[in-house]
Amino acid sequence: MTTASVPAVHAAGLHKSFGKVHAVRGLDLTVQPGEVVAFLGPNGAGKTTTIDMILGLSAPDQGSVSIFGHTPRGAIARGQVAAVMQTGGLLRDISVRETVQLNAAMFDSSRPVDEVLARAGILEIADRKVEKCSGGQQQRLRFAMALVSDPGLLILDEPTTGMDVAGRRDFWTAIRSDAQRGRTVIFATHYLEEADAYADRIVLVRQGSIVADGTAAQIKNLASGRTVKASLPAAERGLLAGMPPTESVEYDGGRLTVRTGDSDAVVRYLLNNTGAHDVEVAANNLEEAFVALTGDDAVPESTSITFEGDLV
Amino acid sequence: MSTATVVQERKPSAGGVNRTFLWIEIKRMLRNRRTIIFTVFMPAVFFFIFGLSNKDKLLPNGHSYGQYILISLTVYAAMTAATGAGSQVAVERAQGWSRQLRLTPLLPGAYIAVKAMAALTLSLVAVVAQFVIGALAGVTMDAQTWLTAGLVAWLGSLVFAALGLFVGYLMPSQNVMQILGPALAILAMLGGLFMPIEIMGETFGNIAKFTPAYGIGQLARSPITGEFDWAWIVNVLIWLVIFVAGAAMAFRRDTKRV
Repeated sequence: MTTASVPAVHAAGLHKSFGKVHAVRGLDLTVQPGEVVAFLGPNGAGKTTTIDMILGLSAPDQGSVSIFGHTPRGAIARGQVAAVMQTGGLLRDISVRETVQLNAAMFDSSRPVDEVLARAGILEIADRKVEKCSGGQQQRLRFAMALVSDPGLLILDEPTTGMDVAGRRDFWTAIRSDAQRGRTVIFATHYLEEADAYADRIVLVRQGSIVADGTAAQIKNLASGRTVKASLPAAERGLLAGMPPTESVEYDGGRLTVRTGDSDAVVRYLLNNTGAHDVEVAANNLEEAFVALTGDDAVPESTSITFEGDLV
Repeated sequence: MSTATVVQERKPSAGGVNRTFLWIEIKRMLRNRRTIIFTVFMPAVFFFIFGLSNKDKLLPNGHSYGQYILISLTVYAAMTAATGAGSQVAVERAQGWSRQLRLTPLLPGAYIAVKAMAALTLSLVAVVAQFVIGALAGVTMDAQTWLTAGLVAWLGSLVFAALGLFVGYLMPSQNVMQILGPALAILAMLGGLFMPIEIMGETFGNIAKFTPAYGIGQLARSPITGEFDWAWIVNVLIWLVIFVAGAAMAFRRDTKRV
């Protein structure tokens, strides 16, 4: 599918702290050319901080980033990466067309301004002042600006925040049709549905590190797993180490609660290998499972799940 | 799937100055009504208030008051224009534009160069407007005086473009012109642009000689006074170095934080 062996993004061991807040904690991410990757996590998970480091807008405390084998600055100078930021980045006193012209003027070679405006769906408002544009129109303008250098990699940070449903759908239609031309896209979002609908691959982040990485189907499967509850003698807690992979395990007052994508395997293990009794199995609601996986009280470290091999 | 066009290897951009960038910057400034009020109308009003009634009188040192006040207010107009243009970086920072530019190949030096050129364009507008108003009001000078005074006022405004950039990188946007406006008026007064510093008395007169508008004012008026002092050039150069260094320092601090 891809011709280049150089990854679009290679980030290794990223750490970033702001004062006492350890925003990003040892994040590794490799994205191959042509992938559409959702960077999914709740607010405050470290998504924007990570994106800033990938773009070279801030320097990691530890770790390194390369984009198509170059430093972030080198990739920007070559027009290989562009970004649509969440807010700001627009001059209020100039028109939509002038904004794109100005941005295009910074690059040695750029796509024709009208072509880019058309692809972002804002050609008909090209002469409107930026301050008169709606939030959705401004966001499409940011998208148009990102397209001028025809970058191999496009990064979007929560691009649909503040848009209504129709605006959101139009925006994603534009992004999606653009990605079909072979552009690599990474977008941060905290909407599960957005990641599900538009990404080939979902990277789930929580508290500055990756907790799951797989296709939309795999993550959905994971998020829509079941909860197994059982009574377990305290003396047998050590046996839980041999249990099949789970998302989280809690043990409180003799009662065991396991969140898992494969409840059959967990139940089989508990009944065959432990003295567990009063077993209950309940289906998780999607939202609740996502929160369990990414919430602040989710069990850290041991829950990291990576899917290898073929796509489902 | 063809990814060849997208992932191709490219050469890094020179990140330089170009015409489109400069032209849009200039358009933005000329469209800004407040800028035009500060750079054209205010100095013109000052000229009509202070200059017109006394235009044909002579100063104690024997020079024409009309010529003196016209050249001085032209220097004031140019310095206000250039400071205002430079300080616009504060607005651009607040709107996240500086950050956006860091996602393009544009080099910081090229950005500063374009800002300086745009500031010089605006101060040229201010100088020409002031001279036209003065000429229409009946101030007469020989061609060489118009030219020398105009050039000094115009090029000297570069010192104040640097001041604008310096302050623009230091301060949040909403405060910039509120602080710079009165500050420039004080600097203009101390520089002898509103009245000859001989009138100010000894103490103020001595302080005035070390302020940033003084050197440019003296040099701009030298064709009518016939005086020249190397100290004036030193004054201009020292303030230029101070403001450029300050702007460079503030710029570096700003990019580190954003």
